[in-house]
Amino acid sequence: MDATVTGAATGTAVGTATGPAIGTATGAEQPPGLRLDLAEVPLREANDALRALPDGARAELLNPAGRHNLAVGLTTACEVTIAGPAGYYCGGLGERASITVDGPAGWGVGENLMSGTVRVRGDASQSVAASAHGGLVVVEGQVSLRAGISLKGGTLAVGGDAGAFCGFMAQAGTILIGGNAGDGLGDSLYEAVIYVAGTVRSLGTDARVEDLADEDVERVKQLVEVCGFDHIDPGNVTRIASARQLYHFATHNHDAY
Amino acid sequence: MCGIVGLHLRGERLADRTGDLLARMLAQVADRGPDSAGIGLYGDDELTYPGWSTVSLLSRASPERIASDLALPVTCPDPVVRAVADVRTISADLPVGDLVAAVRASLDGLVIGSGEHLAVLKGIGSPVDLVQSFALPSRHGYQAVGHTRMATESAVTLAHGHPFSVRPEMCLVHNGSFSNHDTVRRELRARGVQCETDNDSEVAARFLGRCLDEGNDLEKSLRLLIERFEGFFTLLVTTETQFAVVRDRVSAKPAVLAETDDWVALASEYRALAVLPGLQDAHVYEPGPEEVHLWTRQ
Repeated sequence: MDATVTGAATGTAVGTATGPAIGTATGAEQPPGLRLDLAEVPLREANDALRALPDGARAELLNPAGRHNLAVGLTTACEVTIAGPAGYYCGGLGERASITVDGPAGWGVGENLMSGTVRVRGDASQSVAASAHGGLVVVEGQVSLRAGISLKGGTLAVGGDAGAFCGFMAQAGTILIGGNAGDGLGDSLYEAVIYVAGTVRSLGTDARVEDLADEDVERVKQLVEVCGFDHIDPGNVTRIASARQLYHFATHNHDAY
Repeated sequence: MCGIVGLHLRGERLADRTGDLLARMLAQVADRGPDSAGIGLYGDDELTYPGWSTVSLLSRASPERIASDLALPVTCPDPVVRAVADVRTISADLPVGDLVAAVRASLDGLVIGSGEHLAVLKGIGSPVDLVQSFALPSRHGYQAVGHTRMATESAVTLAHGHPFSVRPEMCLVHNGSFSNHDTVRRELRARGVQCETDNDSEVAARFLGRCLDEGNDLEKSLRLLIERFEGFFTLLVTTETQFAVVRDRVSAKPAVLAETDDWVALASEYRALAVLPGLQDAHVYEPGPEEVHLWTRQ
């Protein structure tokens, strides 16, 4: 498995910041809204400015250059575009906001998301959507190890392949993998459900393949429409869920301890 | 936590910028290792006198004192000694093994590197300040590695800093921690291989040195390391011609690789790659668990 982070657009050839004009209009013709050049504006100031955006406002972060903690903790229904590669924890701890990374993202993108959307138009590193309680994390490329670890109700959709240990101890929510899954898929799953369009290299402990019901097909169909993943056939995915053999201690295992 | 960066040039085009690029990369991982930093630089003609062997020595003695104290064969020309922060690089027209032996026999201080091409510099304190004290931005070379350290396994001293170079031309930098290093250290000692510190990463360097001495190539040696060592590791290992990366089986520590026609680079974090020219056209990816990624300079 070689979890790649290809498509690495650096945030070059971007315009200069145009002042703090916060766009309030909605629709296709709306102004670009707030533009913050991270080569000039300190990260904390930039994040404070994003947190002050009202519902419906738009903002763009220029020159991200792989900086960590971009657009974390937003709580309004704003739209934020990150014009280049993001570092760790991008868009994490957020509610209601819609965040797009125009490039790859580092560890923990969308970590602990409560609601809203984080979309990565590239590949993402480890622990995508870790512990996300709600919302949707979309990665159009590939993801590295431990994607959806400890998922708590959120939704993770990956266009490409997923690395090892995807869905480890995921408690609730949905994971969709448009490509192939690596080793140890769904190890120690609780009630989260994983759908894989490609192959599964190996299942983790207590994960099992289950029959695909009509509700599953409908669930995947809605998800691929939202994500724009037209390479996935909702009727031809593999459903992986918990066999629930680890939920209770089995007395015949007592001698092993 | 620690930070690793490395740059391996495939041609000469960026050779005069290698030090500057490594300094910029190191600054991006300074937060990962604020207590000390070190570099290994290959092919800087000032630090490694061309055509001669060079030893990197932890010492604060004056170059003049070192030149007069160093006992060389009478037929050998005077050595070239340079002072860079807490390191002295000593070049002489001798086989590298003979120079290392002469330095150990006649000078105080710990040998931290040797070779015809390699110079090793280490320091304690802020990595951003250290690269200035190393004059790194003005240095050149065809390959460079750097490490920023947040010590977890052993003390913060110059001797405990990375890179570990226990064999001519070889450097090892490590992010992570080995859990069975004492066991391996005892095994090595039983075979006559002594460690100079109680640092876990030094044991890995000694283990690789032993594997190479036994005739294994670097790829095989790294596979033997993966089998023998337990714990977390992203390792970057370099020789005068090779640049190799491995990670543990769960890839607990980060690593991002990037490749262009001009260079191969490794960094703990993407932001350290963002300083490199041509990254927008690079193939950027993460090395997977227990994969050996290795490049050889032609």
